[in-house]
Amino acid sequence: MIARNLKTLSQALAAREISSAELTRLYLDRIARHNPRINAYITVDPEKSLAQAEAADQRLAAGAGAPLTGIPLAQKDIFCARGWLTTCGSKMLGNFVSPYDATVIARFNAAGAVNLGKTNMDEFAMGSSNETSFFGPVNNPWDTGRVPGGSSGGSAAAVAALLAPAATGTDTGGSIRQPAALCNLTGLKPTYGVVSRYGMIAFASSLDQAGPMGRCAEDCGMLLNAMAGFDERDSTSLDRPAEDYCRDLAANAGDKPLAGLKIGLPKEFFGDGCEGCDPEVMRLVEAAIDEYRRLGAETVDISLPNMRLSVPAYYVIAPAEASSNLSRFDGVRYGYRAAEYGDLNDMYGKSRAQGFGAEVKRRILIGTYVLSHGYYDAYYLQAQRIRRLIANDFVAAFKQCDVILGPTSPSTAFKLGEKAADPVQMYLSDIYTIAVNLAGLPAMSVPCGFAHVGQGGGSVWLPAGLQLIGNYFAEAKLLDIAHRYQQATDWHSRRAAGFD
Amino acid sequence: MSLTLEQVQRIAHLARIETGAAEAQSALGHLNGILALIEEMQAVDTQGVAPMAHAQDLAQRLREDRVTETDRRAAFQSIAPETEAGLYLVPRVIE
Repeated sequence: MIARNLKTLSQALAAREISSAELTRLYLDRIARHNPRINAYITVDPEKSLAQAEAADQRLAAGAGAPLTGIPLAQKDIFCARGWLTTCGSKMLGNFVSPYDATVIARFNAAGAVNLGKTNMDEFAMGSSNETSFFGPVNNPWDTGRVPGGSSGGSAAAVAALLAPAATGTDTGGSIRQPAALCNLTGLKPTYGVVSRYGMIAFASSLDQAGPMGRCAEDCGMLLNAMAGFDERDSTSLDRPAEDYCRDLAANAGDKPLAGLKIGLPKEFFGDGCEGCDPEVMRLVEAAIDEYRRLGAETVDISLPNMRLSVPAYYVIAPAEASSNLSRFDGVRYGYRAAEYGDLNDMYGKSRAQGFGAEVKRRILIGTYVLSHGYYDAYYLQAQRIRRLIANDFVAAFKQCDVILGPTSPSTAFKLGEKAADPVQMYLSDIYTIAVNLAGLPAMSVPCGFAHVGQGGGSVWLPAGLQLIGNYFAEAKLLDIAHRYQQATDWHSRRAAGFD
Repeated sequence: MSLTLEQVQRIAHLARIETGAAEAQSALGHLNGILALIEEMQAVDTQGVAPMAHAQDLAQRLREDRVTETDRRAAFQSIAPETEAGLYLVPRVIE
């Protein structure tokens, strides 16, 4: 049962082969047994989960089930869930029991899904390794001495170790795609505005977007069907007709299902553009390109000339927005307050100094600096102009191709502690993912094979991810392109050993 | 462009994050590393390029001015560090 995809799980629940309570207990038992080794969950609350499962069973018995009714899902701890501890990986919210539901949570509740628990993450989603969490790092199930990626590292590790059938993540600069790549999952960051940000604790509001993380494209489509939709409580939510994101997946398109598809290969992702990129990862991406050609797609060489500027522009824009968003954590209305303080400013200063970790403080300081008098034009406005250049590069590229392909991450999972001391090295692990957020485009990471890392007895096989970038609102097409590849390959169905 | 220790302490004050001398010193190196990373932007000619604040060119929606939320003050204040008589308590600011 635990190895099934969501569609077959949904069918088993509808046919009453298994109850939601039984399925939920199965996963809760696995969490109790295996979570101590990987620290993927911050909070599990079996009583709450089982109450939801029993309600789902009643709904199924009444014949009123939806596709996700009774399916247990892991929720990134960035989503406020009423009555649940919601920490965002921070000491600042270490005691925050949310009085309300994020729209994403409310939509899953309405669909009858079961909240299996809240997953670990980099503090306030700031990180690429899950090492900045106040609740400790997450271990990658493929090699517990390595990071799962971040910031949605707990969600990725939970699904990879079969401690959840699927999970939610959020992606501000790669936080769904990079951990998906490092843990052999399929992850989708939708077009900005497709999924509501209401109740999703803000990092960089013009970049943040929630999305699904699962074992295959179809699982992601099923989750996105529940997550997406207009929400008047999010001022950037897009009011568009509802879509079935799985609509193309069932069609039998023969042995050349992708005939006519033009895949753009940006020179900045290959060759000179990927200095510092693991050649093993590139070899796997090249093999995936060959597979796509066999499926009927043709490839075209394209260029995203301003790609290299995405990391610098991002590390101005994201910290600037973060410094503003995180000013709400002041120790007055909720969250952490220092035990001892003098006047009001002292209370703010001490509460924030003690409540935030080092990486969060660094980003607040950078953001405060680039927004401060005398530097605003040189840094913040310049970054926004470069953001436009990067977005224009994609507009030009999508005149030549339907989808853009490249690696998700320049490397496979790195060792715990390997990059923790050097923020800039850590930032560069998002070099292929950040431009997508700046432009607001949808993109996926899809498992594309395993790289042999290390030597002798200490060597391991680690998963690598292929990134597919689509034009605005091309989620269904991206899922179809990923699905066709997953029907021809079995990388996505390989499982980490040791979690039986 | 690199920061001085004095600037780091000034920024930390603006951000309301109490930062001791040793912590400011260790932040200084990291912050200057990040500024060196973003410095690459300065060489780019962006004259005539409109700043892009947002991924979608949308106008803010307007809505009717009507009550949409119920009164949940007690629930919200139950998670506050310190309240009294329905008020959030902070150190005295007016003598």
